[in-house]
Amino acid sequence: MIRVVLPAHLRTLARVGNEELQVQLAGPPTLGGVLDAIEASYPVLRGTIRDYGTEKRRPFVRFFACEQDLSHEAPNTPLPDAVINGKEPFLVVGATAGG
Amino acid sequence: MSGVRVLVGTRKGAFVLTADGKRDRWDVSGPFFGGWELYHLKGSPADPNRIYASQSSGWFGQMIQRSTDGGKTWEPVGNNFVYDGVPGTHQWYDGTPHPWEFKRVWHLEPSLTDPDTVYAGVEDAALFRTTDGGQTWSEMPGLRGHGSGPNWAPGAGGLCLHTILLDPSDPQRMFIAISAAGAFRSDNGGITWKPINRGLHSQYIPNPTAEVGHCVHRLAMHRSRPSTLFMQKHWDVLRTDDAGDQWTEVSGNLPTDFGFVIDVHAHEPETIYVVPIKSDSEHYPMDGALRVYRSRSGGNEWEALTKGLPQQNCYVNVLRDAMSIDSLDKCGVYFGTTGGQVYASADGGDSWNAIVQNLPPVVSVEVQTLS
Repeated sequence: MIRVVLPAHLRTLARVGNEELQVQLAGPPTLGGVLDAIEASYPVLRGTIRDYGTEKRRPFVRFFACEQDLSHEAPNTPLPDAVINGKEPFLVVGATAGG
Repeated sequence: MSGVRVLVGTRKGAFVLTADGKRDRWDVSGPFFGGWELYHLKGSPADPNRIYASQSSGWFGQMIQRSTDGGKTWEPVGNNFVYDGVPGTHQWYDGTPHPWEFKRVWHLEPSLTDPDTVYAGVEDAALFRTTDGGQTWSEMPGLRGHGSGPNWAPGAGGLCLHTILLDPSDPQRMFIAISAAGAFRSDNGGITWKPINRGLHSQYIPNPTAEVGHCVHRLAMHRSRPSTLFMQKHWDVLRTDDAGDQWTEVSGNLPTDFGFVIDVHAHEPETIYVVPIKSDSEHYPMDGALRVYRSRSGGNEWEALTKGLPQQNCYVNVLRDAMSIDSLDKCGVYFGTTGGQVYASADGGDSWNAIVQNLPPVVSVEVQTLS
């Protein structure tokens, strides 16, 4: 199981309160795999993290894990070991923007 | 007992205001979807407890919410808006071709007869429809396929389809308006469209009388006279009496004819309302005084309505979807401001009260008359 932390607005949409998610990956533990698993478990989040058609990350959403910025990595990028073994969460972050 | 329900969309959530037929005591619920932009909410004429809401965010994109209990509870429905076929390009601000990209839903127009059918006007400008209560959305491609699409260019607010009017006497006829392309009409249920901009004169475009390119801000119709439409253009207030084949300016004695909203009295098809705004470079009322103008003659002769409205130090705007009319007797008129007030008149505009203040900037106001 992969631990996932969502930003507040997406937790509200997914109706998970303040809790971390735990998702089961269907395939290899990659960046694309964890996003697929989030959307499969919570279909309401489709289109909110990445574009429906292109599956590109939305511009003001970022992916962090183990103090690394994975936002610009390819979908087949492996997740860090600490995320795979559940020691660290995968973070979906709403970018700081606005004023 | 009759009553009204006012659906308010703001930059930071939605609010539902309710009152009985006297309209003097209001209950405010919300915010719903706090922190999100609610460009528009509208109820189904066929089932007033069915309400649709456009919820969007620069971070997380577009959501559509649906209520089946008059706005007490909501559930997200489909949010996948994909242009039909190869989207092609429209014109960008610098005149270069720019790919069509979905950004948000500006306006939701439920069918007059079927609660599951809703039309959605989106940015970049296109018309979508659902027939399953919002679960799935399909583009009605005849509009962008009209042929002028590659020449459409965005106004300052984006290339948005913001107005959808359904003809209650002819299910095949509908009208839409796009900023800054103009007004269009379909006579075959949205399969094909024609521009209806003859008579418009816009000095801010290269050809002031071009077939398309006009920055239409809003259209309004009285259901008893669906071939008569009223238009608030970027500058100018106009009317047509032949379903848009020819427009005539009726700005008359307005102190300024720039503005966004326009609407029609529920029981008097020649009584119309606008909120004049000083200019396109100063989006606030003239002289710091918020005034609704009413014409009882379908335009040209206008009177200022000021009772109960701030007449000094008021520098708010009233955006294009932020005025609505109830159908009680006397007719109620409502509008919201970027300062977060929603004003209501229960006497056709003669006097006004702020029924709620200090909301986030108001984007849209729709009223439902409940029996």
